[in-house]
Amino acid sequence: MVENRPLSRYIAHMILILGVLIIFLPIWLAFVASTHSADRLVNEQMPFWLGSHLLENYSAVLDEGMKKAGGVPVRIMMVNSLIMALAIAIGKIFISFLSAFAIVYFRFPFRRTIFWMIFVTLMLPVEVRILPTFEIVANLGMLNSYGGLIIPLIASATATFLFRQFFLTVPDELLEAARMDGAGPMRFLKDILLPLSRTSIAALFVIQFIYGWNQFLWPLLVTSDQSLYTIVMGIRSMITVGDSEPAWHLIMATSILAMLPPVVVVMVMQRQFIKGLVETEK
Amino acid sequence: MSEKRVTFSKSGIAWLLVAPQLIITLLFFIWPASQALYQSLWQEDAFGINREFVGFDNFLKLFADPSYQHSFVVTIVFSAAVAGISMGFALLLACKTDKLMRGNQTYKTFLLWPYAIAPAVAGALWWFMFNPTIGLLAYAARGLGYDWNHFLNGEDALILVIIASAWKQISYNFLFFLAGLQSIPKSLIEAAAIDGASSNKRFWTIIFPLLSPTTFFLIVVNCVYAFFDTFAVIHSTTRGGPSQATQTLIYKVYKDGVEGNDWSGAGAQSVVLMIIVCLLTIIQFRFIERRVHY
Amino acid sequence: MAQLKLENVRKNYGLVPAIHQIDLAVNNGEFLVIVGPSGCGKSTLLRMVAGLETISSGDIYIDGQKVNNVEPKDRKIAMVFQNYALYPHMSVYNNMAYGLKIARMSREDIEKRVHEVAETLEIKSLLDRKPRQLSGGQRQRVAMGRAIVRNPALFLFDEPLSNLDAKLRVQMRIEIKQLQRRLGITTLYVTHDQVEAMTLADRLLVMHAGVAEQIGTPMEIYENPQSTFVAGFIGSPPMNLLHCAISADKKNVMLDQRAIMPLPTLSASVADKIIVGIRPEHLVFDPQGVLQLTIDLVETLGADTLVYSHLGKQRIVARLPGHHQASLGDKLSFHIPSDRVTFFAADTGKKIAN
Repeated sequence: MVENRPLSRYIAHMILILGVLIIFLPIWLAFVASTHSADRLVNEQMPFWLGSHLLENYSAVLDEGMKKAGGVPVRIMMVNSLIMALAIAIGKIFISFLSAFAIVYFRFPFRRTIFWMIFVTLMLPVEVRILPTFEIVANLGMLNSYGGLIIPLIASATATFLFRQFFLTVPDELLEAARMDGAGPMRFLKDILLPLSRTSIAALFVIQFIYGWNQFLWPLLVTSDQSLYTIVMGIRSMITVGDSEPAWHLIMATSILAMLPPVVVVMVMQRQFIKGLVETEK
Repeated sequence: MSEKRVTFSKSGIAWLLVAPQLIITLLFFIWPASQALYQSLWQEDAFGINREFVGFDNFLKLFADPSYQHSFVVTIVFSAAVAGISMGFALLLACKTDKLMRGNQTYKTFLLWPYAIAPAVAGALWWFMFNPTIGLLAYAARGLGYDWNHFLNGEDALILVIIASAWKQISYNFLFFLAGLQSIPKSLIEAAAIDGASSNKRFWTIIFPLLSPTTFFLIVVNCVYAFFDTFAVIHSTTRGGPSQATQTLIYKVYKDGVEGNDWSGAGAQSVVLMIIVCLLTIIQFRFIERRVHY
Repeated sequence: MAQLKLENVRKNYGLVPAIHQIDLAVNNGEFLVIVGPSGCGKSTLLRMVAGLETISSGDIYIDGQKVNNVEPKDRKIAMVFQNYALYPHMSVYNNMAYGLKIARMSREDIEKRVHEVAETLEIKSLLDRKPRQLSGGQRQRVAMGRAIVRNPALFLFDEPLSNLDAKLRVQMRIEIKQLQRRLGITTLYVTHDQVEAMTLADRLLVMHAGVAEQIGTPMEIYENPQSTFVAGFIGSPPMNLLHCAISADKKNVMLDQRAIMPLPTLSASVADKIIVGIRPEHLVFDPQGVLQLTIDLVETLGADTLVYSHLGKQRIVARLPGHHQASLGDKLSFHIPSDRVTFFAADTGKKIAN
């Protein structure tokens, strides 16, 4: 251990604490703002400590939403977000697992072409193909539907690549032993590959859930029906409303609610989360 | 492409397995992308009735358009600032975390939060803090003598979105820098210390160069992030304004295409962005191959 | 009736031949070891018998049935892999039961069978554990258990002991041999370790570069190697293979311009060169011996002493019983008993009979 002088450790702690404070400042202020009344925020100086309107604000926002923004209860928006996030995460994992399995464990014509086609999707984030994809979704009549929200987002290649990489590390002998035992491909997939992939699946789940939950542009374009709004895109409509001052206390309450589920997932599954990040980028 | 030596003999089932992903990929990725490419070569009139093949005209018009050029500049400034601030700050935090043996798990946990937060929400948070009327930071700026107003002042608006975007990306950079730092053998640093290098010198002559694969990788990732994922930040706050001060390339696509209905223009812009992303991804993968051999 | 028969079996990778013609008949209950250096094709051959590799030409019969295109699971075989290939997420019990479950055996039957085999291998107490909680030797036994439980007609082993430390290897070797004796299942065993090969085999097949060099009992192979390769591969330290010249009058064998032994009448005519093969333990220490050697190195093994020397540029090793008081630089003399010598042709390496 080089130069572990108390002073340098002290400085390190200071810097880190400062860093954490800077990271948390917006979150803290948002939370504070969400516990005060509208008047308090607008008319007096920005408070630094919690107010007394926590329950009031949150229940207002959950049950009624913001009246000026169309009054969509945040509760409903959260459910939509949850559906979207879960469907995207699970859907993506499901089809990518199958594709990766096919690509790694079978030799079939056009395998390489298909592999590269899937690879190409890495280079086409939603924002880049937004207009033509929107057209197609519209043409298929999938606007304003859960299908339209979810399906175009579940085929990107990151999950496929992660699984493929993992499968390549599974020893060949396991497959041979399974073949000897009489297991066909699907049996092998279910009894052996799937259990072994548990940690990869967990890691991917965290990342994809966050990805799905935090989607903004796509839900914005695809839904005009308010009952399908997701919470993340719903916030925007709350901020930019009319001429009057936005109802900051409600907006901040909604923001806190919007960030809660992903943060909880990250905290609870921290190890898998880090693994997922580091491995998908290899 | 690395292969498995042992595979299943009957390959019919493989088609079935690959079908879902393939179909969705073709429908929602490949087809739209080729549509965009195709559309960018035509010019539609306002009603969408007449179409005329114009070849690269759309692109030439695009690059000659001062508004587009402006967006290009904004995007470059924006990306450089986001990448620089986010990575610099993350590197500092990663170094200090790496230094501490005990207790660094707690710091790590706290520094991960921003990753989970949606860009749109991040935008909302900083928008609130910088609000000229009630925002705490705007208040602090006024205290220092600066009249902050991102509604009127284009630079203020740009700074706002830069900070919001950089803030969100710190976790990601932090994690990768930390992993990179922890993979440097301690023995190298100890050898340098024995050779008489000061802490500062050790950092710049040994640690930083050894981190270069990670740094390079993060630069590419941060660029992609700044080019695309930050759309939500801008759209939930400044909306590209005031007077296009925060209009990045991706935002312009949205503005011209969805709001302005200039589909061929927006299409051409999308194509340009596609090419940029392809280049960046190719660089990333080319480079990562080398990184793995490290 | 032979349990396993290979007729004219070949394997090519594209145009490159990996296995040249192999003909082999393994008898019921026999323990046949395929031995050879890395890359000689022994594992490939085993995998062809298992059905994990395709055959380019020829036929394989297991228990009288032609199995060229039959799936591994239908060949009545069981295999123990080099790295055991135990399913890491399943308990020992489930590892052993897996194949039986797929074959739709009833739960009670499976339980009975697994417990029986676990009893035989003394791993009953491990049935609930996962592979990662087991030692190397235990994993080895579980791998064998998984194979035995299938009641195969043929047992295949693919270098199962190479991942164990030396001491464990010796112990497991004995266990495998005893087990096979007890169960009486025909066994095909692949290894690169010639000690393993010699101790385990009823018969030995020595392979080199895809070719079957020689097949026979261990002692046949040891005492009567048909080529310099086999002679040099089996036996430790290997047989001395001395490149000698033939005297002009064709009466003597010359090494380093000295006659070391008379040239007997041989079945084939030789030109002017010959290879003389003599095992280290057959060199007789004789103060009047014709082979006068200066010692380069002495290895004291306890039960024997190995003495290294050279003549010309060729190294010679002699094994002396007990503890011999020789040291570096000493001069020792040896006699070459002509009845212990094997002659090989200098050009082909093939044995020349008397």
